[in-house]
Amino acid sequence: MLGQPLYPDPLTVAEEWHADGRGVAIATVIETWGSAPRPGGSHLVIDSQGNFHGSVSGGCVEGAVIVEAAEVITSGTARILEFGVADETAWRVGLSCGGRIRIYVERLG
Amino acid sequence: MLLEHLHRLNTARDARLATVTVTELGTGTARLFLEGEAYDPSIAPAIELALCTGKSGIIEIDGQAAFINVYLPPPRIVVIGAVHISQALAGMAQIAGFDLTIIDPRSAFATPERFGETKLLGEWPEDALQRAPLDAYTALVAVTHDPKIDDFPLMKALEAGCFYVGALGSRKTHAGRVERLTKLGVDETGIARIHAPIGLDIRASSPAEIAVAILADIIQTLHARCDGWPERR
Repeated sequence: MLGQPLYPDPLTVAEEWHADGRGVAIATVIETWGSAPRPGGSHLVIDSQGNFHGSVSGGCVEGAVIVEAAEVITSGTARILEFGVADETAWRVGLSCGGRIRIYVERLG
Repeated sequence: MLLEHLHRLNTARDARLATVTVTELGTGTARLFLEGEAYDPSIAPAIELALCTGKSGIIEIDGQAAFINVYLPPPRIVVIGAVHISQALAGMAQIAGFDLTIIDPRSAFATPERFGETKLLGEWPEDALQRAPLDAYTALVAVTHDPKIDDFPLMKALEAGCFYVGALGSRKTHAGRVERLTKLGVDETGIARIHAPIGLDIRASSPAEIAVAILADIIQTLHARCDGWPERR
């Protein structure tokens, strides 16, 4: 991605958290349709206590991603999440602006 | 993500090296490539496209979906000359998301009073660029009008492959510059890469207007780097 970096950068934070002995998950926007708020490649990092840094949707679905991330940290199995306005979950954690995104959540290490 | 990959990625980003990760979504297997490395030929075109456009996305490898994520260094602007145009450019560049540094050895020009929070190096470009070298993700803007100060960084910018190289001055001034740089060994391709007169032609006349023209020229050049590349998928 070109453009202004997010300080402190989420991936820098992820490395620090891991060095701190915390379990860490990295969520990444892998595909977007329509007016998704954050482009492909954007990261949200989450630790085992539910602390998070960065953004995959500018605040729309972060809550749901954090819940899934906790399970990914425990299981170690990566998963793909999809959010949009067309499905049930959208009513709870939908993208207010109407786009659709897919997010890859993986454990660090 | 492997810890080793994250560490290499963060180290590369600190060093302003472009990096690409390719993650197979079915298996979670990931690979990491630094710009300039020899890439696996089967995915080299996808990597090169991502490096040029800066766009991350889904690709297919042997029928399997993979995510290619590209990390480009943030674009920055190095201005040679702490002049009136640079004062205006510093504020605008920040708004547009560019990191900007001004270099000027003339102590009367390079004062914090004139530039506030802007990064200002009151030294010769020969010294300043030694510590923080130019790279492909940097725009070099030479605006002192003084060959003793401007010529060296212009040559360095061409050598480093800066995505934008611009020099202030009339066509006549530039003709003199071309003559000097040619004598110093810059070839025609290098000369042709210099934007001079600097900036898009928007009939700018005041220093602030010239700064707008320069910034617009930089943005256009940055995004035109990949014109002619096919779109992914």
